[in-house]
Amino acid sequence: MSQTANSRRDFLKTGSIAVLASILAPHMVLAEEADVKAALDKLYSGKTMAAGKIKLDLPQIAENGLVVPVGIDVESPMTDADYVKAVHIFADGNPLPNVISYRFTPDCGKASASARMRLAKTQNILAVAEMSNGQLFTAKQEVKVTIGGCGG
Amino acid sequence: MADEKKPVPRVRVPANAKAGELIEIKTLISHVMESGQRRDAAGAVIPRRIINKFTAAFNGKTVFEADWYASISANPYQSFFYKAKESGEFVFTWKDDDGSTYETKNKLTVG
Repeated sequence: MSQTANSRRDFLKTGSIAVLASILAPHMVLAEEADVKAALDKLYSGKTMAAGKIKLDLPQIAENGLVVPVGIDVESPMTDADYVKAVHIFADGNPLPNVISYRFTPDCGKASASARMRLAKTQNILAVAEMSNGQLFTAKQEVKVTIGGCGG
Repeated sequence: MADEKKPVPRVRVPANAKAGELIEIKTLISHVMESGQRRDAAGAVIPRRIINKFTAAFNGKTVFEADWYASISANPYQSFFYKAKESGEFVFTWKDDDGSTYETKNKLTVG
């Protein structure tokens, strides 16, 4: 019985330390929507983007923010005349908004790629696909992060 | 320390494919991918050191590139596709912040 009480106390202690740490961590300057917008503007300022054509493959819940699988898949024939040129992925709750930028060629045959990223906390992932004719398509999805991957 | 070791690339590519066949290429490289966002025990920022670029070329022509940023996990994994046309050789290159490059080659026979 006393053991249970102890472990509960320990749990509470650790919990409150974690909360304190998150309040007292000034080095974790987190990216916000504005940063993602700035990063996007750098690439495609003033251009219109439509939802669709690109799909994000993400877990709804990431237990470990240090290693979160992130996949993208863009609908495209991938011919010399019509292919996906680039895909950029952003995270709005990380210290820096950029995650990855892909450049595809028709030789890929399929505009699909996967990697693994760190997520500091629960946040939205945004992907933008740039087609060979200049059209832009986007997809957005939230990932809930149980343990943040900011190494703090 | 693990990050002092030379990164070791590992690539999985089929050795044979039919013309027009879509193949998936999976790559992995050991690397600490230090984000530049962390501080050491003394409170000093640990300088960023990541692999910032991955390139796949086939018979000398770049077919796929990825720019990696600080959010990419340690020991970065990358998979992508390639449509087999002719026999030849892949060259996979990883570029480190410190100026080093790591390279590995894989032959593909199409027939």
